[in-house]
Amino acid sequence: MPMTSQLPPEFADLEPFAGWALPTERERYAHRLSSTMQELQAFYEAALPRLDDAAVYLDQFPLDALPDDAARLLQLCYSLISVTFPVDAWRQPRVPDSGAATLEVVIEPAV
Amino acid sequence: MPHFEKPAEGSWTQHYPDLGTGTISYEDSISPQHYELERAAIFERTWLNVGRVEQLPKTGSYFTKEVDAARTSIVVVRGTDGQVRAFHNICRHRGNKLVWTDFPREETSGTCRQFTCKYHGWRYNLEGDCTFVQQESEFFDLDKSDYGLVPVQVDVWEGFIFVNLDRANAVPLRDYLGKFAAGLEGYPFGEMTQVYKYRADVGSNWKLYIDAFAEFYHAPVLHARQYVSDESSKLMGYGFEGLHYEIDGPHGMQSSWGGMAPPKDERIVMPVDRILRSGNFGPWDRPDIAALDSLPPGVNPARHRTWGLDSYVFFPNFMIVIWAPGWYLTYHYWPTAYNRHIFEGTLYFVPAKNARQRMRQELAAVTFKEFGLQDCNTLEATQRMLESRAVARFPLNDQEILLRHLHKTAGEYVAAYLDQRDPPHTARASVAAPGGG
Repeated sequence: MPMTSQLPPEFADLEPFAGWALPTERERYAHRLSSTMQELQAFYEAALPRLDDAAVYLDQFPLDALPDDAARLLQLCYSLISVTFPVDAWRQPRVPDSGAATLEVVIEPAV
Repeated sequence: MPHFEKPAEGSWTQHYPDLGTGTISYEDSISPQHYELERAAIFERTWLNVGRVEQLPKTGSYFTKEVDAARTSIVVVRGTDGQVRAFHNICRHRGNKLVWTDFPREETSGTCRQFTCKYHGWRYNLEGDCTFVQQESEFFDLDKSDYGLVPVQVDVWEGFIFVNLDRANAVPLRDYLGKFAAGLEGYPFGEMTQVYKYRADVGSNWKLYIDAFAEFYHAPVLHARQYVSDESSKLMGYGFEGLHYEIDGPHGMQSSWGGMAPPKDERIVMPVDRILRSGNFGPWDRPDIAALDSLPPGVNPARHRTWGLDSYVFFPNFMIVIWAPGWYLTYHYWPTAYNRHIFEGTLYFVPAKNARQRMRQELAAVTFKEFGLQDCNTLEATQRMLESRAVARFPLNDQEILLRHLHKTAGEYVAAYLDQRDPPHTARASVAAPGGG
Protein backbone atom coordinates (compact mmCIF):
# COMPACT_ATOMS: atom_id res chain seq x y z
CA MET A 1 0.00 0.00 0.00
CA PRO A 2 1.43 3.41 -0.92
CA MET A 3 1.56 5.66 2.13
CA THR A 4 1.30 8.83 0.06
CA SER A 5 -2.18 10.02 -0.70
CA GLN A 6 -3.49 9.54 -4.21
CA LEU A 7 -6.28 12.11 -4.15
CA PRO A 8 -6.38 15.82 -3.29
CA PRO A 9 -6.35 16.35 0.53
CA GLU A 10 -9.94 17.66 0.41
CA PHE A 11 -10.99 14.16 -0.68
CA ALA A 12 -9.05 12.17 1.90
CA ASP A 13 -12.29 10.39 2.84
CA LEU A 14 -12.23 8.72 -0.60
CA GLU A 15 -8.65 7.40 -0.27
CA PRO A 16 -9.89 3.85 0.49
CA PHE A 17 -11.42 3.90 -3.01
CA ALA A 18 -8.40 5.36 -4.83
CA GLY A 19 -8.04 2.04 -6.65
CA TRP A 20 -11.00 3.16 -8.76
CA ALA A 21 -8.86 5.97 -10.27
CA LEU A 22 -8.28 4.16 -13.56
CA PRO A 23 -7.41 6.01 -16.77
CA THR A 24 -9.38 4.03 -19.37
CA GLU A 25 -12.97 2.90 -19.72
CA ARG A 26 -11.78 -0.63 -20.32
CA GLU A 27 -10.02 -0.74 -16.93
CA ARG A 28 -12.93 0.89 -15.12
CA TYR A 29 -15.43 -1.50 -16.65
CA ALA A 30 -13.26 -4.53 -15.86
CA HIS A 31 -12.92 -3.35 -12.24
CA ARG A 32 -16.70 -3.01 -12.01
CA LEU A 33 -17.26 -6.54 -13.33
CA SER A 34 -14.70 -8.03 -10.95
CA SER A 35 -16.22 -6.32 -7.89
CA THR A 36 -18.95 -7.63 -5.60
CA MET A 37 -22.18 -5.71 -5.12
CA GLN A 38 -21.06 -4.97 -1.55
CA GLU A 39 -17.91 -3.31 -2.89
CA LEU A 40 -19.82 -1.36 -5.51
CA GLN A 41 -22.38 -0.27 -2.93
CA ALA A 42 -19.68 0.89 -0.50
CA PHE A 43 -17.91 2.89 -3.20
CA TYR A 44 -21.20 4.39 -4.37
CA GLU A 45 -22.31 5.39 -0.89
CA ALA A 46 -18.99 7.03 -0.10
CA ALA A 47 -18.42 8.78 -3.42
CA LEU A 48 -21.84 9.86 -4.71
CA PRO A 49 -22.34 12.46 -1.94
CA ARG A 50 -18.93 13.92 -2.89
CA LEU A 51 -19.55 14.03 -6.65
CA ASP A 52 -20.74 17.61 -6.76
CA ASP A 53 -17.87 18.68 -4.47
CA ALA A 54 -15.47 16.95 -6.83
CA ALA A 55 -16.90 18.79 -9.84
CA VAL A 56 -16.55 22.12 -8.01
CA TYR A 57 -12.98 21.27 -7.00
CA LEU A 58 -11.92 20.06 -10.45
CA ASP A 59 -13.38 23.06 -12.21
CA GLN A 60 -10.70 25.25 -10.63
CA PHE A 61 -8.27 23.75 -13.13
CA PRO A 62 -8.19 23.73 -16.92
CA LEU A 63 -9.30 20.27 -18.04
CA ASP A 64 -6.09 19.75 -20.00
CA ALA A 65 -3.82 20.75 -17.11
CA LEU A 66 -5.12 18.84 -14.11
CA PRO A 67 -2.59 18.11 -11.34
CA ASP A 68 -2.00 14.37 -10.95
CA ASP A 69 -4.11 14.01 -7.80
CA ALA A 70 -6.97 15.93 -9.44
CA ALA A 71 -6.73 13.78 -12.57
CA ARG A 72 -7.07 10.71 -10.36
CA LEU A 73 -10.11 12.25 -8.66
CA LEU A 74 -11.70 12.79 -12.08
CA GLN A 75 -10.99 9.17 -13.05
CA LEU A 76 -12.54 8.04 -9.77
CA CYS A 77 -15.65 10.07 -10.69
CA TYR A 78 -15.82 8.29 -14.06
CA SER A 79 -15.73 4.98 -12.19
CA LEU A 80 -18.49 6.20 -9.88
CA ILE A 81 -20.61 7.00 -12.94
CA SER A 82 -19.97 3.48 -14.21
CA VAL A 83 -21.13 1.84 -10.94
CA THR A 84 -24.35 3.85 -10.63
CA PHE A 85 -26.10 1.44 -13.00
CA PRO A 86 -25.27 -1.71 -11.01
CA VAL A 87 -26.34 0.00 -7.78
CA ASP A 88 -29.38 2.00 -8.87
CA ALA A 89 -30.78 -0.11 -11.68
CA TRP A 90 -29.37 -3.59 -12.19
CA ARG A 91 -28.64 -4.85 -8.63
CA GLN A 92 -25.70 -6.73 -10.15
CA PRO A 93 -22.35 -5.65 -11.65
CA ARG A 94 -23.21 -6.83 -15.17
CA VAL A 95 -25.94 -5.43 -17.40
CA PRO A 96 -28.85 -7.91 -17.12
CA ASP A 97 -29.38 -10.26 -20.06
CA SER A 98 -26.15 -9.06 -21.65
CA GLY A 99 -24.67 -12.58 -21.55
CA ALA A 100 -21.69 -12.87 -23.85
CA ALA A 101 -22.33 -9.49 -25.52
CA THR A 102 -19.50 -6.96 -25.46
CA LEU A 103 -19.41 -3.33 -26.49
CA GLU A 104 -15.81 -2.19 -26.50
CA VAL A 105 -14.62 1.39 -26.39
CA VAL A 106 -12.35 2.05 -29.37
CA ILE A 107 -12.05 5.83 -29.04
CA GLU A 108 -12.45 7.92 -25.87
CA PRO A 109 -11.22 11.37 -24.84
CA ALA A 110 -7.63 11.52 -23.65
CA VAL A 111 -8.65 13.15 -20.34
CA MET B 1 -56.22 7.46 -29.23
CA PRO B 2 -52.85 8.66 -30.51
CA HIS B 3 -51.14 11.28 -28.37
CA PHE B 4 -49.57 12.86 -31.44
CA GLU B 5 -51.35 13.61 -34.70
CA LYS B 6 -50.96 11.12 -37.53
CA PRO B 7 -51.39 11.70 -41.29
CA ALA B 8 -54.89 11.93 -42.79
CA GLU B 9 -54.71 8.31 -44.01
CA GLY B 10 -54.96 7.26 -40.38
CA SER B 11 -51.38 6.01 -39.89
CA TRP B 12 -47.81 6.78 -40.86
CA THR B 13 -47.58 3.46 -42.66
CA GLN B 14 -50.70 4.01 -44.79
CA HIS B 15 -49.37 7.44 -45.74
CA TYR B 16 -46.92 5.40 -47.85
CA PRO B 17 -49.25 2.91 -49.55
CA ASP B 18 -46.41 0.96 -51.20
CA LEU B 19 -45.34 -0.27 -47.78
CA GLY B 20 -48.56 -2.20 -47.19
CA THR B 21 -49.71 -3.15 -43.71
CA GLY B 22 -49.41 -6.94 -43.94
CA THR B 23 -47.14 -9.29 -42.04
CA ILE B 24 -43.50 -9.55 -43.16
CA SER B 25 -40.91 -12.27 -43.52
CA TYR B 26 -37.37 -12.07 -42.15
CA GLU B 27 -36.13 -14.66 -44.62
CA ASP B 28 -33.94 -11.81 -45.94
CA SER B 29 -32.07 -11.91 -42.60
CA ILE B 30 -31.56 -15.65 -42.20
CA SER B 31 -30.58 -16.80 -45.67
CA PRO B 32 -26.88 -17.12 -46.57
CA GLN B 33 -27.80 -17.05 -50.28
CA HIS B 34 -29.74 -13.84 -49.87
CA TYR B 35 -26.84 -12.27 -48.02
CA GLU B 36 -24.57 -12.99 -50.99
CA LEU B 37 -27.04 -11.10 -53.18
CA GLU B 38 -27.20 -8.18 -50.73
CA ARG B 39 -23.41 -7.92 -50.76
CA ALA B 40 -23.36 -7.40 -54.51
CA ALA B 41 -26.62 -5.47 -54.85
CA ILE B 42 -26.19 -3.14 -51.88
CA PHE B 43 -22.71 -2.99 -50.35
CA GLU B 44 -20.85 -3.00 -53.66
CA ARG B 45 -23.20 -0.41 -55.17
CA THR B 46 -24.32 2.26 -52.72
CA TRP B 47 -22.62 5.16 -50.98
CA LEU B 48 -21.20 3.99 -47.64
CA ASN B 49 -20.12 6.31 -44.86
CA VAL B 50 -16.63 5.33 -43.72
CA GLY B 51 -15.72 8.18 -41.39
CA ARG B 52 -15.42 11.92 -40.87
CA VAL B 53 -12.99 14.57 -42.06
CA GLU B 54 -11.75 15.14 -38.48
CA GLN B 55 -10.06 11.73 -38.81
CA LEU B 56 -7.89 13.27 -41.56
CA PRO B 57 -6.64 16.49 -39.93
CA LYS B 58 -3.61 17.08 -42.17
CA THR B 59 -1.70 16.07 -45.30
CA GLY B 60 -0.81 12.39 -45.06
CA SER B 61 -3.46 11.56 -42.46
CA TYR B 62 -5.05 8.24 -43.36
CA PHE B 63 -7.32 5.53 -42.01
CA THR B 64 -8.33 2.14 -43.30
CA LYS B 65 -11.86 0.75 -43.38
CA GLU B 66 -12.68 -2.93 -43.65
CA VAL B 67 -15.72 -3.42 -45.85
CA ASP B 68 -16.13 -7.14 -45.40
CA ALA B 69 -19.48 -7.18 -47.21
CA ALA B 70 -17.69 -5.96 -50.33
CA ARG B 71 -14.73 -8.27 -49.59
CA THR B 72 -12.30 -5.36 -49.53
CA SER B 73 -10.40 -2.90 -47.39
CA ILE B 74 -10.24 0.80 -48.25
CA VAL B 75 -7.54 3.31 -47.39
CA VAL B 76 -8.75 6.89 -47.11
CA VAL B 77 -6.08 9.61 -47.17
CA ARG B 78 -5.68 13.37 -47.34
CA GLY B 79 -3.29 14.29 -50.17
CA THR B 80 -0.72 17.07 -50.47
CA ASP B 81 -3.40 19.10 -52.26
CA GLY B 82 -5.74 18.72 -49.26
CA GLN B 83 -8.11 16.44 -51.21
CA VAL B 84 -9.57 13.31 -49.60
CA ARG B 85 -9.01 10.22 -51.73
CA ALA B 86 -9.86 6.56 -51.28
CA PHE B 87 -8.16 3.48 -52.72
CA HIS B 88 -8.53 -0.24 -52.50
CA ASN B 89 -5.97 -1.19 -49.86
CA ILE B 90 -4.00 -3.54 -52.11
CA CYS B 91 -0.43 -3.41 -53.43
CA ARG B 92 -0.29 -3.66 -57.21
CA HIS B 93 2.70 -6.02 -57.12
CA ARG B 94 1.55 -9.25 -55.46
CA GLY B 95 -1.75 -8.24 -53.90
CA ASN B 96 -0.60 -7.77 -50.32
CA LYS B 97 -2.73 -5.57 -48.11
CA LEU B 98 -0.88 -2.26 -48.31
CA VAL B 99 -1.73 -0.47 -45.05
CA TRP B 100 -2.13 -2.41 -41.81
CA THR B 101 -0.55 -2.71 -38.37
CA ASP B 102 0.13 -5.97 -36.56
CA PHE B 103 -3.15 -7.68 -37.49
CA PRO B 104 -4.09 -7.86 -41.18
CA ARG B 105 -7.82 -7.88 -40.49
CA GLU B 106 -7.85 -4.89 -38.15
CA GLU B 107 -8.35 -1.27 -39.08
CA THR B 108 -5.56 1.25 -38.55
CA SER B 109 -4.89 4.96 -38.89
CA GLY B 110 -2.00 7.40 -38.77
CA THR B 111 -0.02 9.93 -40.76
CA CYS B 112 2.58 9.22 -43.41
CA ARG B 113 4.44 10.78 -46.36
CA GLN B 114 3.83 7.81 -48.61
CA PHE B 115 2.60 4.21 -48.40
CA THR B 116 5.22 1.46 -48.48
CA CYS B 117 4.23 -2.17 -48.92
CA LYS B 118 5.57 -4.38 -46.13
CA TYR B 119 6.22 -7.22 -48.58
CA HIS B 120 8.61 -5.95 -51.28
CA GLY B 121 8.80 -2.26 -50.52
CA TRP B 122 6.80 -0.82 -53.41
CA ARG B 123 5.86 2.77 -52.64
CA TYR B 124 2.85 4.93 -53.49
CA ASN B 125 2.40 8.65 -52.91
CA LEU B 126 -0.64 10.15 -51.19
CA GLU B 127 -2.32 10.57 -54.57
CA GLY B 128 -1.99 6.83 -55.21
CA ASP B 129 0.76 6.95 -57.86
CA CYS B 130 3.35 4.20 -57.75
CA THR B 131 6.63 6.01 -57.06
CA PHE B 132 9.12 3.23 -56.35
CA VAL B 133 9.58 -0.35 -57.43
CA GLN B 134 12.24 -2.40 -55.66
CA GLN B 135 14.79 -3.62 -58.27
CA GLU B 136 12.71 -2.12 -61.04
CA SER B 137 15.16 -3.29 -63.73
CA GLU B 138 14.38 -6.93 -62.88
CA PHE B 139 10.85 -6.51 -64.22
CA PHE B 140 9.82 -6.83 -67.85
CA ASP B 141 8.58 -3.67 -69.57
CA LEU B 142 7.10 -2.41 -66.32
CA ASP B 143 5.87 1.19 -66.40
CA LYS B 144 5.24 2.46 -62.87
CA SER B 145 2.54 4.81 -64.15
CA ASP B 146 0.43 1.74 -64.96
CA TYR B 147 0.62 0.55 -61.35
CA GLY B 148 -1.05 3.21 -59.25
CA LEU B 149 -3.42 2.25 -56.44
CA VAL B 150 -6.94 1.40 -57.57
CA PRO B 151 -9.13 4.41 -56.79
CA VAL B 152 -12.53 4.23 -55.15
CA GLN B 153 -15.19 6.92 -55.64
CA VAL B 154 -15.19 9.18 -52.60
CA ASP B 155 -17.18 12.26 -51.65
CA VAL B 156 -17.79 14.31 -48.54
CA TRP B 157 -21.13 15.58 -47.21
CA GLU B 158 -21.08 17.88 -44.16
CA GLY B 159 -17.75 16.36 -43.10
CA PHE B 160 -18.95 12.74 -43.50
CA ILE B 161 -16.72 10.79 -45.90
CA PHE B 162 -18.51 8.31 -48.16
CA VAL B 163 -17.16 5.79 -50.66
CA ASN B 164 -18.91 3.96 -53.46
CA LEU B 165 -17.31 0.70 -54.62
CA ASP B 166 -19.21 0.64 -57.90
CA ARG B 167 -16.82 2.01 -60.50
CA ALA B 168 -19.79 2.68 -62.78
CA ASN B 169 -21.75 4.60 -60.16
CA ALA B 170 -23.15 7.79 -61.67
CA VAL B 171 -25.27 9.04 -58.77
CA PRO B 172 -23.62 11.94 -56.93
CA LEU B 173 -23.51 11.51 -53.14
CA ARG B 174 -25.64 14.58 -52.48
CA ASP B 175 -28.38 13.29 -54.81
CA TYR B 176 -28.22 9.85 -53.22
CA LEU B 177 -28.64 11.21 -49.69
CA GLY B 178 -31.70 13.22 -50.74
CA LYS B 179 -33.90 15.58 -48.79
CA PHE B 180 -32.98 14.45 -45.27
CA ALA B 181 -29.34 15.35 -45.88
CA ALA B 182 -30.37 18.65 -47.45
CA GLY B 183 -32.42 19.43 -44.36
CA LEU B 184 -29.46 18.79 -42.06
CA GLU B 185 -26.95 20.96 -43.91
CA GLY B 186 -25.57 23.62 -41.62
CA TYR B 187 -25.85 21.54 -38.44
CA PRO B 188 -22.59 22.09 -36.48
CA PHE B 189 -21.27 18.54 -36.95
CA GLY B 190 -17.78 20.00 -37.38
CA GLU B 191 -17.84 21.58 -33.91
CA MET B 192 -18.74 18.31 -32.18
CA THR B 193 -15.33 16.75 -32.17
CA GLN B 194 -15.22 15.06 -28.75
CA VAL B 195 -15.70 11.43 -29.76
CA TYR B 196 -16.62 8.28 -27.85
CA LYS B 197 -16.72 5.28 -30.12
CA TYR B 198 -17.94 1.77 -29.27
CA ARG B 199 -17.75 -1.40 -31.30
CA ALA B 200 -19.42 -4.78 -30.97
CA ASP B 201 -19.31 -8.02 -32.91
CA VAL B 202 -23.00 -8.89 -32.99
CA GLY B 203 -24.47 -12.31 -33.80
CA SER B 204 -27.29 -11.07 -35.99
CA ASN B 205 -28.03 -9.97 -39.51
CA TRP B 206 -27.16 -6.27 -40.02
CA LYS B 207 -30.77 -5.28 -40.74
CA LEU B 208 -32.01 -6.65 -37.43
CA TYR B 209 -29.88 -4.18 -35.48
CA ILE B 210 -31.05 -1.29 -37.66
CA ASP B 211 -34.57 -2.57 -36.90
CA ALA B 212 -33.79 -2.26 -33.19
CA PHE B 213 -32.62 1.33 -33.43
CA ALA B 214 -35.16 2.41 -36.05
CA GLU B 215 -38.02 2.04 -33.57
CA PHE B 216 -38.40 3.21 -29.99
CA TYR B 217 -41.44 0.98 -29.36
CA HIS B 218 -39.04 -1.38 -27.52
CA ALA B 219 -37.53 1.23 -25.23
CA PRO B 220 -40.07 1.33 -22.36
CA VAL B 221 -39.94 -2.50 -22.16
CA LEU B 222 -36.40 -3.69 -22.92
CA HIS B 223 -34.84 -0.81 -21.02
CA ALA B 224 -37.48 -0.67 -18.28
CA ARG B 225 -35.14 -1.16 -15.33
CA GLN B 226 -33.26 1.96 -16.29
CA TYR B 227 -35.90 4.04 -14.55
CA VAL B 228 -36.99 4.27 -10.96
CA SER B 229 -39.55 1.47 -10.70
CA ASP B 230 -42.96 3.16 -10.66
CA GLU B 231 -41.81 5.43 -13.47
CA SER B 232 -40.92 2.39 -15.53
CA SER B 233 -44.42 0.91 -15.18
CA LYS B 234 -45.89 4.30 -16.05
CA LEU B 235 -43.73 4.45 -19.19
CA MET B 236 -44.72 0.92 -20.15
CA GLY B 237 -48.39 1.82 -19.75
CA TYR B 238 -47.94 4.88 -21.91
CA GLY B 239 -45.83 3.07 -24.51
CA PHE B 240 -44.08 4.94 -27.27
CA GLU B 241 -45.34 7.15 -30.08
CA GLY B 242 -43.11 9.08 -32.46
CA LEU B 243 -43.83 12.70 -33.32
CA HIS B 244 -43.21 12.30 -37.01
CA TYR B 245 -42.10 9.68 -39.53
CA GLU B 246 -40.96 10.26 -43.07
CA ILE B 247 -39.57 8.29 -45.98
CA ASP B 248 -37.47 9.61 -48.86
CA GLY B 249 -36.34 7.05 -51.43
CA PRO B 250 -34.29 4.39 -49.67
CA HIS B 251 -33.89 6.53 -46.52
CA GLY B 252 -36.18 7.04 -43.55
CA MET B 253 -36.40 9.20 -40.44
CA GLN B 254 -38.37 9.57 -37.24
CA SER B 255 -38.67 12.45 -34.87
CA SER B 256 -39.36 11.81 -31.21
CA TRP B 257 -40.24 13.63 -28.02
CA GLY B 258 -37.55 13.71 -25.37
CA GLY B 259 -38.74 14.56 -21.92
CA MET B 260 -35.59 13.44 -20.15
CA ALA B 261 -33.22 16.31 -20.81
CA PRO B 262 -34.08 17.67 -18.32
CA PRO B 263 -36.95 15.49 -17.10
CA LYS B 264 -40.20 17.20 -16.06
CA ASP B 265 -39.92 15.49 -12.71
CA GLU B 266 -36.36 14.92 -11.54
CA ARG B 267 -37.45 12.14 -9.18
CA ILE B 268 -37.84 9.73 -12.11
CA VAL B 269 -34.14 9.67 -12.98
CA MET B 270 -31.18 8.25 -11.10
CA PRO B 271 -29.46 10.36 -8.43
CA VAL B 272 -26.29 10.71 -10.53
CA ASP B 273 -28.38 12.20 -13.35
CA ARG B 274 -29.72 14.86 -10.99
CA ILE B 275 -26.29 15.69 -9.58
CA LEU B 276 -24.60 16.01 -12.96
CA ARG B 277 -27.63 17.16 -15.02
CA SER B 278 -27.12 14.52 -17.69
CA GLY B 279 -28.31 11.04 -18.62
CA ASN B 280 -29.41 8.85 -21.46
CA PHE B 281 -30.66 11.79 -23.52
CA GLY B 282 -27.33 13.54 -23.04
CA PRO B 283 -26.29 16.54 -20.96
CA TRP B 284 -29.40 18.56 -19.99
CA ASP B 285 -27.83 21.91 -20.87
CA ARG B 286 -26.97 22.77 -24.46
CA PRO B 287 -23.39 23.72 -25.22
CA ASP B 288 -22.84 27.38 -25.87
CA ILE B 289 -22.30 27.46 -29.63
CA ALA B 290 -24.11 29.85 -31.95
CA ALA B 291 -25.06 27.28 -34.61
CA LEU B 292 -27.37 25.54 -32.11
CA ASP B 293 -29.49 28.66 -31.81
CA SER B 294 -30.76 28.38 -35.39
CA LEU B 295 -31.06 24.72 -36.35
CA PRO B 296 -31.34 23.76 -40.03
CA PRO B 297 -34.88 23.32 -41.37
CA GLY B 298 -34.81 19.51 -41.45
CA VAL B 299 -34.40 19.26 -37.68
CA ASN B 300 -37.60 18.76 -35.65
CA PRO B 301 -39.78 18.55 -38.79
CA ALA B 302 -43.02 18.48 -36.77
CA ARG B 303 -41.94 21.71 -35.06
CA HIS B 304 -43.04 20.12 -31.83
CA ARG B 305 -42.47 21.76 -28.45
CA THR B 306 -41.49 18.50 -26.79
CA TRP B 307 -39.02 17.51 -29.53
CA GLY B 308 -36.11 15.45 -28.24
CA LEU B 309 -34.35 13.81 -31.15
CA ASP B 310 -34.37 13.04 -34.87
CA SER B 311 -33.17 9.64 -36.01
CA TYR B 312 -32.19 9.09 -39.65
CA VAL B 313 -31.62 5.81 -41.45
CA PHE B 314 -29.41 6.51 -44.47
CA PHE B 315 -29.57 3.34 -46.53
CA PRO B 316 -27.96 0.96 -46.28
CA ASN B 317 -26.09 0.97 -42.97
CA PHE B 318 -25.64 4.48 -41.57
CA MET B 319 -27.76 6.24 -38.95
CA ILE B 320 -27.47 9.75 -37.53
CA VAL B 321 -29.31 10.76 -34.36
CA ILE B 322 -29.55 14.49 -33.61
CA TRP B 323 -30.35 15.21 -29.96
CA ALA B 324 -32.14 18.35 -28.78
CA PRO B 325 -29.54 19.12 -26.08
CA GLY B 326 -26.89 19.69 -28.75
CA TRP B 327 -25.00 16.52 -29.57
CA TYR B 328 -25.29 13.72 -32.08
CA LEU B 329 -24.43 10.10 -32.56
CA THR B 330 -23.93 7.77 -35.48
CA TYR B 331 -24.51 4.05 -35.91
CA HIS B 332 -22.87 1.84 -38.50
CA TYR B 333 -23.66 -1.79 -39.22
CA TRP B 334 -20.96 -3.64 -41.19
CA PRO B 335 -22.07 -7.12 -42.22
CA THR B 336 -19.52 -9.93 -41.96
CA ALA B 337 -21.89 -12.86 -42.60
CA TYR B 338 -25.62 -13.38 -43.07
CA ASN B 339 -25.91 -13.71 -39.28
CA ARG B 340 -23.06 -11.46 -38.03
CA HIS B 341 -22.03 -7.86 -38.26
CA ILE B 342 -19.79 -5.29 -36.65
CA PHE B 343 -21.80 -2.59 -34.92
CA GLU B 344 -20.24 0.83 -34.30
CA GLY B 345 -21.87 3.49 -32.13
CA THR B 346 -20.15 6.87 -31.98
CA LEU B 347 -21.11 9.81 -29.76
CA TYR B 348 -20.04 13.33 -30.75
CA PHE B 349 -20.03 16.29 -28.35
CA VAL B 350 -18.73 19.84 -28.35
CA PRO B 351 -15.40 19.43 -26.49
CA ALA B 352 -15.84 19.80 -22.72
CA LYS B 353 -14.48 23.04 -21.30
CA ASN B 354 -14.21 21.73 -17.76
CA ALA B 355 -14.40 18.56 -15.69
CA ARG B 356 -18.11 18.90 -14.92
CA GLN B 357 -19.00 19.06 -18.62
CA ARG B 358 -16.69 16.13 -19.26
CA MET B 359 -18.41 14.08 -16.53
CA ARG B 360 -21.80 14.85 -18.09
CA GLN B 361 -20.55 13.45 -21.38
CA GLU B 362 -19.10 10.43 -19.59
CA LEU B 363 -22.52 9.74 -18.04
CA ALA B 364 -24.21 9.93 -21.46
CA ALA B 365 -21.57 7.61 -22.94
CA VAL B 366 -21.74 5.10 -20.05
CA THR B 367 -25.55 5.08 -20.35
CA PHE B 368 -25.26 4.42 -24.07
CA LYS B 369 -23.19 1.34 -23.33
CA GLU B 370 -25.63 0.04 -20.69
CA PHE B 371 -28.46 0.22 -23.24
CA GLY B 372 -26.36 -1.03 -26.12
CA LEU B 373 -25.33 -4.19 -24.30
CA GLN B 374 -28.97 -5.13 -23.78
CA ASP B 375 -29.72 -4.49 -27.44
CA CYS B 376 -26.75 -6.54 -28.72
CA ASN B 377 -27.67 -9.65 -26.78
CA THR B 378 -31.37 -9.42 -27.62
CA LEU B 379 -30.44 -9.44 -31.31
CA GLU B 380 -28.58 -12.70 -30.99
CA ALA B 381 -31.70 -14.17 -29.38
CA THR B 382 -33.82 -12.88 -32.27
CA GLN B 383 -31.45 -14.21 -34.93
CA ARG B 384 -31.39 -17.68 -33.40
CA MET B 385 -35.13 -18.03 -33.25
CA LEU B 386 -35.77 -16.54 -36.69
CA GLU B 387 -33.39 -19.19 -38.02
CA SER B 388 -35.60 -21.87 -36.50
CA ARG B 389 -38.17 -20.86 -39.15
CA ALA B 390 -40.82 -21.99 -36.67
CA VAL B 391 -42.72 -18.83 -37.59
CA ALA B 392 -42.69 -17.41 -41.11
CA ARG B 393 -44.63 -14.16 -40.96
CA PHE B 394 -44.53 -11.38 -38.38
CA PRO B 395 -46.67 -8.29 -37.78
CA LEU B 396 -45.29 -4.75 -37.56
CA ASN B 397 -47.09 -1.81 -35.99
CA ASP B 398 -47.21 1.79 -37.14
CA GLN B 399 -44.28 2.80 -34.89
CA GLU B 400 -42.22 0.19 -36.76
CA ILE B 401 -42.73 1.76 -40.19
CA LEU B 402 -39.01 2.25 -40.76
CA LEU B 403 -38.39 -1.51 -40.40
CA ARG B 404 -41.02 -2.25 -43.00
CA HIS B 405 -39.34 0.29 -45.26
CA LEU B 406 -35.79 -0.98 -44.65
CA HIS B 407 -36.56 -4.61 -45.50
CA LYS B 408 -38.63 -3.57 -48.51
CA THR B 409 -35.85 -1.28 -49.78
CA ALA B 410 -33.14 -3.90 -49.33
CA GLY B 411 -35.34 -6.40 -51.18
CA GLU B 412 -35.85 -3.96 -54.04
CA TYR B 413 -32.10 -3.41 -54.42
CA VAL B 414 -31.60 -7.16 -54.67
CA ALA B 415 -34.46 -7.53 -57.18
CA ALA B 416 -33.07 -4.69 -59.33
CA TYR B 417 -29.61 -6.23 -59.22
CA LEU B 418 -30.97 -9.61 -60.32
CA ASP B 419 -32.97 -8.00 -63.12
CA GLN B 420 -29.78 -6.41 -64.37
CA ARG B 421 -27.62 -9.51 -63.91
CA ASP B 422 -30.15 -12.00 -65.27
CA PRO B 423 -32.63 -10.14 -67.48
CA PRO B 424 -36.23 -11.02 -66.57
CA HIS B 425 -36.81 -13.46 -69.45
CA THR B 426 -34.11 -15.78 -68.08
CA ALA B 427 -34.65 -18.05 -65.11
CA ARG B 428 -33.33 -16.85 -61.78
CA ALA B 429 -33.26 -17.71 -58.15
CA SER B 430 -36.24 -16.50 -56.15
CA VAL B 431 -35.68 -13.49 -53.95
CA ALA B 432 -36.57 -13.47 -50.28
CA ALA B 433 -39.10 -10.66 -50.57
CA PRO B 434 -40.04 -9.38 -47.12
CA GLY B 435 -43.46 -7.98 -48.06
CA GLY B 436 -44.72 -10.39 -50.70
CA GLY B 437 -46.67 -13.64 -50.36
